[in-house]
Amino acid sequence: MANGALDTFPKLLIENAKVRGARPAIREKDYGIWQTWTWSQAEREIRALACGLKTIGFERGDHLAIIGENRPQLYWAMVATQMAGGIPVPMYQDAVAEEMQYILEHADASVALVEDQEQVDKLLEIKDRCPKLQQIIYKDPRGLDDYDLPYLHSLDDILAKGRAYDSAHVGFVDTAITEGKGSDLAIMLYTSGTTGKPKGVMLSFDNLIISARNGALDDKLSENEEVLAYLPMAWVGDNLFSLCQSYVVGFCVNCPESSETVLTDLREIGPTYFFAPPRIFENILTTVMIRMEDAAPFKRKMFHYFMDLAKRVGIRILDKKPVNFSDRLLYGLGNILVYGPLKNILGFSRVRLAYTAGEAIGPDIFDFYRSLGMNIKQLYGSTEASVLITAQPDGEVKADTVGKPYTGVEIRIEDSGEVMFKSPGVFVGYYKSEEATAETKTSDGWVHTGDAGFFDPDGHLKIIDRAKDVGKLTDGSMFAPKYIENKLKFFPYIKEAVAFGSDRDHVSIFVNIDLEAVGNWAERRNIAYSGYTDLAGQVAVYDLIQGCVEKVNTDLAADEHLSGSQIRRYLILHKELDADDGELTRTRKVRRGFINEKYGDLIEALYSDMTQITVEADVTFEDGRSGTIKADVVIRDAAIGQMKVAI
Amino acid sequence: MARTFGEVLLNVDNISLSFGGVQALKDVSFSVREGQVLAIIGPNGAGKSSMLNVINGFYHPQHGTITYQGQTRSRMKPHQAARQGIARTFQNIALFRGMSTLDNIMTGRNTKMHVNLLWQALHVGPARKEELEHREVVERIIDFLEIEHIRKTPVGRLPYGLQKRVELGRALAAEPTLLLLDEPMAGMNVEEKEDMSRFILDVNDEFGTTIVLIEHDMGVVMDISDHVVVLNYGRKLADGSPEEVRSNQDVIGAYLGVADG
Repeated sequence: MANGALDTFPKLLIENAKVRGARPAIREKDYGIWQTWTWSQAEREIRALACGLKTIGFERGDHLAIIGENRPQLYWAMVATQMAGGIPVPMYQDAVAEEMQYILEHADASVALVEDQEQVDKLLEIKDRCPKLQQIIYKDPRGLDDYDLPYLHSLDDILAKGRAYDSAHVGFVDTAITEGKGSDLAIMLYTSGTTGKPKGVMLSFDNLIISARNGALDDKLSENEEVLAYLPMAWVGDNLFSLCQSYVVGFCVNCPESSETVLTDLREIGPTYFFAPPRIFENILTTVMIRMEDAAPFKRKMFHYFMDLAKRVGIRILDKKPVNFSDRLLYGLGNILVYGPLKNILGFSRVRLAYTAGEAIGPDIFDFYRSLGMNIKQLYGSTEASVLITAQPDGEVKADTVGKPYTGVEIRIEDSGEVMFKSPGVFVGYYKSEEATAETKTSDGWVHTGDAGFFDPDGHLKIIDRAKDVGKLTDGSMFAPKYIENKLKFFPYIKEAVAFGSDRDHVSIFVNIDLEAVGNWAERRNIAYSGYTDLAGQVAVYDLIQGCVEKVNTDLAADEHLSGSQIRRYLILHKELDADDGELTRTRKVRRGFINEKYGDLIEALYSDMTQITVEADVTFEDGRSGTIKADVVIRDAAIGQMKVAI
Repeated sequence: MARTFGEVLLNVDNISLSFGGVQALKDVSFSVREGQVLAIIGPNGAGKSSMLNVINGFYHPQHGTITYQGQTRSRMKPHQAARQGIARTFQNIALFRGMSTLDNIMTGRNTKMHVNLLWQALHVGPARKEELEHREVVERIIDFLEIEHIRKTPVGRLPYGLQKRVELGRALAAEPTLLLLDEPMAGMNVEEKEDMSRFILDVNDEFGTTIVLIEHDMGVVMDISDHVVVLNYGRKLADGSPEEVRSNQDVIGAYLGVADG
């Protein structure tokens, strides 16, 4: 390039087309076959689209909404928009029309490029209420033949117009690319916003490219990586992993055939660099376990034998720690008989590096994959940071931390316990909301994460809860309810837990048992029960839960920040917490305020010396009727673990 | 729906069919125009399936003629009908349960395959090339019906609604001019019915396929068909647009019963 710096994605695109023009840039499975576009083919498409946008009046500084599943054309649309000097705004494709209307309006999108008829129909429904939206482009023409609207265009038409424009206006594209610079806005991403309206996070080319580059260096990414792009395009993580890093490093991104075929496509591609939220790793593990239960007895025995071995030595081998010779030999055999074939079936044979983030992952799930020899690590990030804040370095992976800061990232912990960061990826601001920007970002560039955490002795960051939920016991020790609840919920027998302790002298909890898991456990022990309430009150079940609670206490005791918040007293609730009764949100998050009110007498009992309390509760049954449950709830004390003193 | 249609594709003229003493169809006449979606409705035993079987040459009527694409047909076998571009699905799913979705739809290409069995078995030279061509057509149908995720799944393991969709896929694989659907939505829930209706309309729209279907759900019939033929005890009771049929006194009588007098 004339000015030398590869500081925008269009410039990186031109460079990739020059340096590795014949290498694959992106693939999509279509009609049962993986179709590939090389970097130079991708460049031609993007160039044509940038010019095509110009022909329908899209100007420098305009905003373009992108709605659809992960498709090459939609990724191209992002870079084409940037090439034309505009700002892409990818949106969640499963949003209903009303949600889309808010973002389209707020983001001032003048053009929308969408995948198919479904999205076109949604946009037409709200178009009257979005006066700024001028043009709609669709990728898949199916079912759209009869829509004779002047502002509706097929992508093929736009590309054809663009090619004609490009050859008629030599130099237009090159000038447009040169005009772009690193400090320009690259993208606007709307955070889903659990509270209030979604906010548009503005990220510059510098934010994304420097972060992507630092991450790629830390993780030693090369152009030979294969990545599966299957998470929503509107999510910053997909943008960083499937677009930014691909452009910076030059590796190939693969788009699945449809959202329902992801697991098949995963296996066919065999990615080397893989990202998934804990939920997906959990689902895959559950499927494996269920299928193993149906396998022939010999295979099942073999599986369990080698999985036990893997649990014992697999992680040590992965972390290159000493393991005795015979175990190492057996692990090698297990690799041929079990681990290798299993990873192959799951599509993880070639995974060199896998990340999970978003929420805490259960240690059992985490260890399962690591013991198979998969290098899976936890990452901590946010949209406001262009994703990357911390990650676990190789060989220093722990299930309960999120690792060390990435290159270029600084972290400090406020007195309140809140984690703050400063990095090259720090966002420019929230679109049209200076107030919110000022609340989140200090004038000297530090960003509030809203999360509470601390560094452990090895320098790993540990995130424990949302900062606003973290309280203190009367003796001043830190109380992080969600951290304790998550630890409990990692036990299969515990479905839900609610911790109390803010401004109290000790921590107590409510437990909801998992009816399926505990029911199954009870059946195997010939314990008869008539339903949830009956099962929850059984002495044997209390004993089972006591074990879980005390294990959590042992864990908490080992932690200097949290040893004060061990669980002293607990009870198993006589009914399951339910969204229908207002106790949980629809996404199964505990509504603390409501529970404090509804179960006030139970909470008081936890902080008295009662060992039993009779309760009556109104419940809504599955069929919509309501009634009351009357039960005796037992309250038990739990043993407290001692803090281990390092010798 | 103000839609215009092409020439008469199929003309059914005074068809009578009986099995021994049972009169299944008596003097039934109607015609289907190119591009139309025509529904045959009627109570149980009205002769609807028999009518489809006559159209695709499985039954041979004692009286009357069938004119298809301008040619009046003499006795004809179902496979000849298939060659002429008539494909159908069945009331009870008739798929190869142990075979995958892909292979089942591939069998629909049978009439289009020209290489002989030996070549196909060896899978070399022209047979290979031909299979690739057919596979491409089949993949387009899989994409069209949105069944990518079950491409390799044996159909016996699929839920009912999806099996019906695979069966439609197999019929489409023959690239039919006239598609006969025998109760495509029987036993489906509301959502599956909506999906299937959508696909039937899309087939009609996208490929211009003429469709004759038998359906019991009146809501569906009124929504998706351009023309309705009502049969009752083997006779044609009414014939017209959905609105006309709905307000026809004889039809109301046959469906709801009328007081004598």
